[in-house]
Amino acid sequence: MTKKIEVVQGILEANEALAAQNHRLLNKHGVFGVNIMSSPGAGKTSLILQTIARLRDKLSVGVIEGDLASTLDAEKVNNEATAVVQIITGNMAESCTLIASMLTPALKKLPLEDIDLLLIENVGNLVCPAEFVLGEHKRVVISSLPEGDDKPIKYPMIFAGADVVVINKIDFLPYVDFDIPSFQNALLGLNPKIKIFQVSCKTGVGIEDWCSWLLGEVEANSHRVTNKGG
Amino acid sequence: MHELGVTQSILDITLNKGDEAQASKVTEVNLVVGELSGFVPDCIEFYFNLLNKGTIAEGAILHFELIPAQLKCRKCATLFHPKDTEWVCPKCQSPGGEVVQGKEFYIESIEAE
Repeated sequence: MTKKIEVVQGILEANEALAAQNHRLLNKHGVFGVNIMSSPGAGKTSLILQTIARLRDKLSVGVIEGDLASTLDAEKVNNEATAVVQIITGNMAESCTLIASMLTPALKKLPLEDIDLLLIENVGNLVCPAEFVLGEHKRVVISSLPEGDDKPIKYPMIFAGADVVVINKIDFLPYVDFDIPSFQNALLGLNPKIKIFQVSCKTGVGIEDWCSWLLGEVEANSHRVTNKGG
Repeated sequence: MHELGVTQSILDITLNKGDEAQASKVTEVNLVVGELSGFVPDCIEFYFNLLNKGTIAEGAILHFELIPAQLKCRKCATLFHPKDTEWVCPKCQSPGGEVVQGKEFYIESIEAE
C-alpha cells in the first residue's frame, strides 16, 4: 500500500545552509565577500586587477577564481592579490557556476585573518550563477558594452538578484549601439535598489567611484561584525 | 548544465524522508518547479533515473507541478506573465517587474510503500 509523505522542502536548502556557514566564517574574520558574475569576457578579471591596484594600500585583497578549465586567471592575479585560490569546476556536478560547497574548502586555503576583501570571480555565465548564493556580502554583475544593452531583458534573474551592476568597456560607447538610459531603466525595473557604475578597466575611467563605494562597504561591514575597523 | 547537483539533492531528500517513514520503496516524487527557477524538468528526470539505481527510489516517477511566472509592474502594478521571457509590462511598456511567483523549487511530497 502506498502512502503519501508530506515533504515541502526547498531543494536548494543544502546550498543555502552552506552559504550561511561561509558567510559566518567570513564575518568571524572580518572579511567582506563579493561575488562577481558576468558573461565570459565582460571583464571580471580586469575589474579584479583594477580594484586591487586601487585599494592595495588600504585593504588586503584575497581572490577566489572560478573557472571551468585552466588557471589562467589565477596566474594573472597571483602577483597582485594577498592570496589566490583557483577552483576548477570542469569535473564537478555544477561545472557552470560556483556553488557554496565549492567555496567552503577554498576558504580553508585562504589566510582569512590577513584578508579584508575577498573578490570571488564566478564562472562566466549569466544564467546558472543566479541560482546559487555562496555566502557573499554583495552580488555584482558586470555587463560590457560590446555585449549589447538587452542583457537585463534576456537574463533578468541574475540582474534582479544583484546588488550592483558595473557597466564595463564604457570607452566603446562611440563604436557600439548601446543605449545606456534604456539599459539603466531595464535594471531599475528589475531591481529599484540596484547600484550602477560605469567604468573602463582599460582606461581606468570610473574605477575610482567603484572602489570608493566598495571601500565604504568593506569598512561599514568591518564595524558591524568586529567593532574594530578604521 | 547545473541539474546534476540539484537532482542529487532531490534524491537525498527523498531517501531521507523514505527512511524516516521506514518505506521499502518510493514510487513517486512530487516536485514544484517555478518557471523562473532556472531548472529544466527533463534534465532533472534524466539524472534522477541514473542516480536512483540501487536505492529505494529506483524506478520512482517524478511529477512536476509547473508554476508559471507572474510579475507585477513597478510603475502601474499590472500583473503579467512575461512573454517570450521578455520582462516588459503589456500595459505601460515599463521594463522589469517584481517577481510575484515563479521562483518555487521544492519537493512537495513523496509516495512510498
